[in-house]
Amino acid sequence: MEPLQLIFLVTGAVTLLSALMVVVSRKMVHAALWLVMTLASVSVLFVLLNAPFLAVVQVVIYIGAIATLIIFAVMLSRRSMDDRGPQTSHRWWLAGLIALALFAAIVLLVVLHPMPTAALPGAAPTEALRQLGLALVHVDGFVLPFELASVLLLAALVGAIFVARPPDADTAGGEE
Amino acid sequence: MIPLSWYLALAGALFCIGMYGVLARRNAIAILMGIELMLNAVNINLVAFWRYITPTQMSGQAFAIMVFAVAASEAAVGLALIISIYRSRTTVVAEEIDMLKW
Repeated sequence: MEPLQLIFLVTGAVTLLSALMVVVSRKMVHAALWLVMTLASVSVLFVLLNAPFLAVVQVVIYIGAIATLIIFAVMLSRRSMDDRGPQTSHRWWLAGLIALALFAAIVLLVVLHPMPTAALPGAAPTEALRQLGLALVHVDGFVLPFELASVLLLAALVGAIFVARPPDADTAGGEE
Repeated sequence: MIPLSWYLALAGALFCIGMYGVLARRNAIAILMGIELMLNAVNINLVAFWRYITPTQMSGQAFAIMVFAVAASEAAVGLALIISIYRSRTTVVAEEIDMLKW
């Protein structure tokens, strides 16, 4: 089982390094591209965890949709602060301190509690995928939260279109 | 096998990096990126607990899918707000967006 651990360590190092680059790089386009790198390595982690569907969803939704949206927003708002002025607020050290303290607390909790060292034998990946699909649409499963999530997504997208419309479009297209 | 605590430590580190981004960056889009990092850390945790503790029930993965949906909605609405504010104020610096303050 040593190769799996090696893959995990390499993937974890890539994840953390690129996540650090997201929060420290000065140029927002670079930060967005590092974010894509982080999301891709998290999808590798999902593969390691025997969740292939979530890995694909991670690539399609996070890299395909959310990262693209972020890159578009960076491009559209580029003139305002590209490279001039500090990129972090003047109390950034306090933020770093809080983040470090939280990380120390999490590590302490993880160390203090007994954790399983090996995964339980689950169903085969295809069988687990079938179970997941059933759980999302079955009445005894998660059909209500699933439908609620889709309604939330629809409402959020309609709201986003309305909010991001240019101001003069209010009168132009409202007649019909 | 990879111990569960490795996944938890990795997710904790990712969450803390994202939280540093949210707290320290001035650019509102960078703050949103930090939130995406934090949501990813939560998803790693959910899937890791599903795999190591209840691999026969699908609650962990189903919850991760809800997190995906909420993250997509949050990114869409947040970026729309930022673009709209940029149109009217030509700024994306979080501390200069203070129209609601007084």
